[in-house]
Amino acid sequence: MAENIETDQASRVINVHHVTRVEGHGNIVLRAANGSIEKIEWQVPEAPRFFEAMVRGQSWEDIQTIVSRICGICSVTHSLAAIKAIEDAMKIKVSEQTDRLRILAHYAEHLESHVLHVGYLVAPDLFGIKSVVPLAASNPGLVKTVIRLHRLANQWMELLAGRMTHPVTFKPGGFSKLPGADDLKKLKKQLEDCIPDLDRAAQMVAGLKDKLPDFVRETEYVALAQKGNYTFYHGAIGSSDMAGTLPVRQFESAVNEYVSPQSTAKWAKWHRASYAVGALARYNLNGKYLRPRARKWASDLGLGKKNCNPFYNSLAQLVECFQVVEHALEIIEELLKKGIQTEKIMVKPCAGEGAGAVEAPRGILFHRYEFDRNGKCVKANLCIPTNQNHANIQKDFEAFVPRIIKRPAGEIQHLLEMLVRAYDPCVSCSTH
Amino acid sequence: MSKPTVAIFDFACCEGCQLQIVNLEEELLDLLNLINPVEWREAMSESDDSYDIAIIEGSITRPEDAERLKKIRENAKVLIALGACATMGGVNSLKNKMDQKEVAVYVYGDSAGQPHLKSEKTQAVHEIVKVDLKIHGCPIDNREFGAIIRSLLAGKTPFIPTYPVCVECKQKGNICRYEYNEICLGPVIRAGCGARCPSNGLWCFGCRGYVEEPNVNAAYDVMNLYGKTIDDLKSRLDLFAGPEAESHG
Repeated sequence: MAENIETDQASRVINVHHVTRVEGHGNIVLRAANGSIEKIEWQVPEAPRFFEAMVRGQSWEDIQTIVSRICGICSVTHSLAAIKAIEDAMKIKVSEQTDRLRILAHYAEHLESHVLHVGYLVAPDLFGIKSVVPLAASNPGLVKTVIRLHRLANQWMELLAGRMTHPVTFKPGGFSKLPGADDLKKLKKQLEDCIPDLDRAAQMVAGLKDKLPDFVRETEYVALAQKGNYTFYHGAIGSSDMAGTLPVRQFESAVNEYVSPQSTAKWAKWHRASYAVGALARYNLNGKYLRPRARKWASDLGLGKKNCNPFYNSLAQLVECFQVVEHALEIIEELLKKGIQTEKIMVKPCAGEGAGAVEAPRGILFHRYEFDRNGKCVKANLCIPTNQNHANIQKDFEAFVPRIIKRPAGEIQHLLEMLVRAYDPCVSCSTH
Repeated sequence: MSKPTVAIFDFACCEGCQLQIVNLEEELLDLLNLINPVEWREAMSESDDSYDIAIIEGSITRPEDAERLKKIRENAKVLIALGACATMGGVNSLKNKMDQKEVAVYVYGDSAGQPHLKSEKTQAVHEIVKVDLKIHGCPIDNREFGAIIRSLLAGKTPFIPTYPVCVECKQKGNICRYEYNEICLGPVIRAGCGARCPSNGLWCFGCRGYVEEPNVNAAYDVMNLYGKTIDDLKSRLDLFAGPEAESHG
């Protein structure tokens, strides 16, 4: 939608009606006079879709297919969170091979989503342009590097999930189709070969890092936590404000969702008025478990031991691109050594309630379902990463705007849009 | 000749069909030589009210969204519905069979009555404005998207299959899902996906909608052969096939 900027010497009025280059619809509203801020709001006007109500009455076999449609960019994560919750509810155990293959598929989505975010949505801000389209002419080498990485991640996802978006092969209990050893060998070679491209992309971003505002606001960081592992899939709920962890089954007492009058998506808070999830939260909680190349880039990109600059979430995503590729190579090696075994999925539905948590590219995701004895869903509760970031974006606005209020309205608007973008929000996902 | 201007808009959906356009990778750069994108909120910061082709992703659930859609229709020479949410409401239609007030209370609790949370039954784009072309699927197949756009630009009628998924599934040499005692919608759903789900070991969910003039007799034969009934088939149609399925009875 058209951006409407009015400005004069004394006042600042910004109405961004639908921030661009983000998933979903969000607005920024600022009113200030004589340097004093009357109103600063992050608003979410996205149309709600009511997935929690819609899955009731549906079969346990269809849940992951339905809820995958909550999000086009994190459909693998949604499917996996649903399947983990179904398996928890029905006490279904999966093989180590299934577990490894799921993690491998999940990493493809992290690489795809992070490359999309940093390469297509954030990069234009670093180059001072409005989209990646002019970059294709002015810096074709870089755009082609990004495209190569993005395509590889998609092929990787297609191999394991059966499709680039909305996975087909994931079922409670296992996979409907397994990759062959030759497929995995080919993937391994492709992943090894992509590391120079990742290095190039990281080098480019490192050179433009000073375009990211120097804004630090310490907040609570929440992510999956598991000892010894930079985890995206296993573990319990960790927080920078808490020693120890909270079991996933108790996720409602972490997220404390509430309705905000400025948002159709629910907001969340835990130990403070807001908390952050996503790559930076994962880095802050689990950074010590990064693989060597990811660790090197974390250091080269200046993330430090803990980082509280929300704009640096994009840098943490870059670091995670290395992490998932490095760990994926180890997993493939291990799978090839053991050989892919054909498995028959033998699952009988039963009554039960369960929860599952998985790290989406943009933060921790929770699903809960209850089933009757025929396997029909009777209850659902889903808490999406961007739900958990909305209040933190608002709190960032409140801290950031006073520091930049004397700048021209256009510049303030640009910086606030960049701040929203840094969270890599999935707004339509958050109004599931 | 100047390149036709194209704008992409999204309503209630997961935005996964737009992602399929991005997933064209290099081919998208080729397409950009043929068209001039003037508005695409998810990828660009530019915006424009003047365009030849409007591509609509998502379903409509609020009066204000219906109004916005009508304005887009007025501005566009050609309007394309992109993906299952736009062509038939998609999974978002699951709530249409429920009590709308109860649905709102289930999700928002005591806050359900707040004005900003208002939502109505899900509608497909063609239920509100004239649609010139539908690109089917959840998500769309991006190769099909590329082919359709190229046909359109060349002034040709794009090829959209009028036969069921079973045809493509048999071409792939897949074992029929009914052999696994599953209920697959392949016999009645429009092809064009390359039988993506059955080829990956899963039944067809019907995301491309009911095929025009379905061969009901052939569907009966499949059901009879495997000891299933048409009611078994119908019981699975509400996931995606939505209002289109109902209109075909």
